[in-house]
Amino acid sequence: MQSSNMMRHVYGWLLLTPAAILLITFTHYPTVATVYESLFSKGTSTRPSRFIGIENYELMLEDPIFWKVLVNNLWFALGTIPASIGLAIAMALLVNKALPGRSFLRLAYFTPTILPMIAVANIWLFFYSPDIGLIDQVLGLFGFSGHNWLGDPDTVLGAIIIMTIWKEAGFFMIFYLAALQHLPPELEEAAKLEGASRWYYFRRVVFPLLMPTTLFVLINAVLNSFKLVDHLFVLTKGGPDNASNLLLYYIYENAFSYFDTSYAATLTVVLLTMLALMALAQFFILDKRIHYR
Amino acid sequence: MFTIIKTRMVRLILAACFGVFTSAAQAATELTMYYPVAVGGPLTQVVDGIIADFMKENPDIKVNAIYAGNYNDARIKALAALSSGEPAQLSVMFSIDIYELIEQDAIVAFDDVVTTAEDRKWLDSFYPSLMENGRTGGKTWGIPFQRSTIVMYYNKDAFRAAGLDPEKPPATWDELAASAKKLTKADGSQWGLMIPSTGYPYWMFGALAMQNGQVLMNGAGNETYYDAPATVEALQFWKDLGAKHKVMPQGTIEWGTLRQNFLEGKTAIMWHSTGNLTTVKKSANFDFGVAMLPANKRRGTPTGGGNFYIFKQTSAEERTAAMKLIKYMTSPEVSAEWSIKTGYMGVSPAAYQTAKLQDYVKGFPYAAVARDQLEYATAELSTYETGRVRKALDDAIQAALTDAKTPAEALKEAQGTARRLLRAYQ
Amino acid sequence: MIQAQNTPRKRSFADVLETFAAWFIAILWISPLAYAFWAAFHASEYAIHFDLFAPLTLDNFRQALDQAPFLRYGFNTFVLVSMLLVGQFVLCTLAAYAFARFEFAGSNIAFGLVLVQLMITPEILIVENYGTMANLGLVDTITGIGLPYMASAFGIFLLRQTFKSTPKELEEAARLEGCGMFGILWRVYIPLARPTYLAYGLVSISHHWNNFLWPLVITNSVETRPLTVGLGIFGAPESGVDWSIVSAATLLSVAPLLIAFLLFQRQFIQSFMHSGIK
Repeated sequence: MQSSNMMRHVYGWLLLTPAAILLITFTHYPTVATVYESLFSKGTSTRPSRFIGIENYELMLEDPIFWKVLVNNLWFALGTIPASIGLAIAMALLVNKALPGRSFLRLAYFTPTILPMIAVANIWLFFYSPDIGLIDQVLGLFGFSGHNWLGDPDTVLGAIIIMTIWKEAGFFMIFYLAALQHLPPELEEAAKLEGASRWYYFRRVVFPLLMPTTLFVLINAVLNSFKLVDHLFVLTKGGPDNASNLLLYYIYENAFSYFDTSYAATLTVVLLTMLALMALAQFFILDKRIHYR
Repeated sequence: MFTIIKTRMVRLILAACFGVFTSAAQAATELTMYYPVAVGGPLTQVVDGIIADFMKENPDIKVNAIYAGNYNDARIKALAALSSGEPAQLSVMFSIDIYELIEQDAIVAFDDVVTTAEDRKWLDSFYPSLMENGRTGGKTWGIPFQRSTIVMYYNKDAFRAAGLDPEKPPATWDELAASAKKLTKADGSQWGLMIPSTGYPYWMFGALAMQNGQVLMNGAGNETYYDAPATVEALQFWKDLGAKHKVMPQGTIEWGTLRQNFLEGKTAIMWHSTGNLTTVKKSANFDFGVAMLPANKRRGTPTGGGNFYIFKQTSAEERTAAMKLIKYMTSPEVSAEWSIKTGYMGVSPAAYQTAKLQDYVKGFPYAAVARDQLEYATAELSTYETGRVRKALDDAIQAALTDAKTPAEALKEAQGTARRLLRAYQ
Repeated sequence: MIQAQNTPRKRSFADVLETFAAWFIAILWISPLAYAFWAAFHASEYAIHFDLFAPLTLDNFRQALDQAPFLRYGFNTFVLVSMLLVGQFVLCTLAAYAFARFEFAGSNIAFGLVLVQLMITPEILIVENYGTMANLGLVDTITGIGLPYMASAFGIFLLRQTFKSTPKELEEAARLEGCGMFGILWRVYIPLARPTYLAYGLVSISHHWNNFLWPLVITNSVETRPLTVGLGIFGAPESGVDWSIVSAATLLSVAPLLIAFLLFQRQFIQSFMHSGIK
């Protein structure tokens, strides 16, 4: 395609420029600006902001809410990621077979994905309502007493995790389904011929072949576990006593409720660092174990 | 053909010139205002209706009233608009945002806007307890518009079933605990009392503290009293209702579903905003009553709701127009209509003297409970760094109710946080 | 030919178990949405009690529409999503074309920088991006909601992959016919990438239809607010929730996308199955 050596560089960059402008403006520049802003104090009209170096970071390390939020996010990630991926693979396997009512199954699994999280939260708010909510009503049928799922610091994070798994699994399922349908059917025949059990076939053949999809899904899942805070606006606002508070929501609170954009920037730097580390970890560790075709 | 085009062009130009002249002559003052809706119902329509009436009476003022969400949203939007170059001139915002707004140098004191002696008197025409949150440093910064207090809703049928007199709701803490015990059913199908501890827990707690004779902050907005003995007692009482007397579910009680719980008969008594009055009245399929909150050392409730603020970035004409609008919307007639349609209180004694509201109260006496309670009311929790200072208390309340800390520990921690945050404002 | 012989009986029992498990999960999965339907079409009293013969009503929808301008919100969302789709298609196509077919200096580093956006999405940098928008004067505009997303790393990534796997012979053939750079793009790469465009388009539409945090922060007024933000501020009043009305509002917000999904379901799945020349 190269008309001339020189021109291909020029054309390449020209084609990239429109996208590059937007990416720099809304991704790269803000990242740098955030780090910069975290070095200043909160400014108001009456007391302007001044350079304070790493003081914000010191304050952050002393802030118990910061630590709580960080721990919550890690639990949230641990709770949602393996479970939703595992469930997604299972769903994809189920839907891939010629089970009766297959299109309905596919529809049912995927529907949560097209609902906005805010709508999901509204619905699940009812499910989790103590006594009058659906879960407590069902439990009541079996003789269990109701529980304040969202109001109990011990159960609130778990409740939110379950809701998130419900939302995410179907989305990941689609990618696995696509990958499964690209597997050559000869593989399965060969496995059957060799007398391999279905579990063996899955573990040694299918799952490794799904690794590229898993990597892709994993990136999404990790990102979502930090990005998904919509439901907090409706369900708990981070309570009770920060038991369900997550990092991005805390950033939002600081920036838009307390007008402390510098502290919010400090927290964002932490968030960015964590995302960067996870991205690197995924690419290096998993990249080695992927079979590309 | 050419002549047709020419005549059309001339006509167009003439029309444009004429248009410019006439519009210059009718130079209307344009006002943009943000307002929150914090109670359910088609309130945006009510507001639109009032604004439309105002514009009819004042053809030289054009008002653009924008619904902004809840109190938090309204403040964020209004302040964001200020810095984005398309400012609003006035807004309804949380009464307790006052210190934040002053610190951002966003608002102007009404004392600096009123010119006539009559207007100065108008500043004093509202209920004093409603003015508490709007005044600091000797100046008035906010004028009451959609105000409320906490009231006690109770299920009269449940009272009768439990052998209690439905016309004598509990008037003291002891009576409250005793009645609630009788109203709590052993099978868990009905609790005696529910006080919500999510959403605005500090607001509910302000009532309990006041009933124990303790305010939560000072008038200058730079000091809190979270760990005063009376405050700790109040939190202990709240906790005991669930933990010791077992009349309330333990853990936190969800604000958003409380009204539903009450209407479903899950609780016989609920503490909630008067803003719920109209909805409860419409939806209750049982006989219900509304009473003032019970006393311990005295009766008490915080006020709540939103005030009108005028922004600093306004011209003299805009301020005059804004004053007209605010005076209209808080006038006795309009305030009465607003109160009837929403359940918020009338903001001045004059409002309750209008025929409209007098008739309404005669037909539905509970509408006056909030007003009568004003005598015992106190300002809502409001300080500098108000968001964080409030959150410290919210977290402490929730920690105590969920048994993560004792009331004393939790409040001591909260007071420490508040003191640290307010240090710079001493 | 040797036939693998798993004992037929064991096989079909496992099958039955699988079918049962699949259906059980499916019922669980659809129940929240089913509940929303139930509550929206019945009066508030029945939202909590499941009386099968309770009367249906459209009143909740009427009230929801009364209380907030959901139709306008829907229109805003539609405009937003369309604008985004067009912007993304154009920008991502150009960028992907550059990465796939032009080996220009620094392209690897540039691609790496592009991929950063896969992880660091505009919401993460919400504070700074809001400031940028304020400076650009785009606060409270639909453009303001969409602009940070128009250059989508995901889109560039997908399209680059698809373009890369297009056989060079087709390109040669087009060049022989006298097509220039854009001609080749238009005649060869874009048509062959159609399944990718479809798949990406559907993902983008559903993602941005449902986006909440950034639009919440950037919009103030009814004229720009999308459905999610409208639903978010609708369901959180000081006096508490009315399940039926909130469910009605939820359904109103979700309906367009849900219906589109039901119609496109097959296309979506099929686009994965028939993904062109490998």
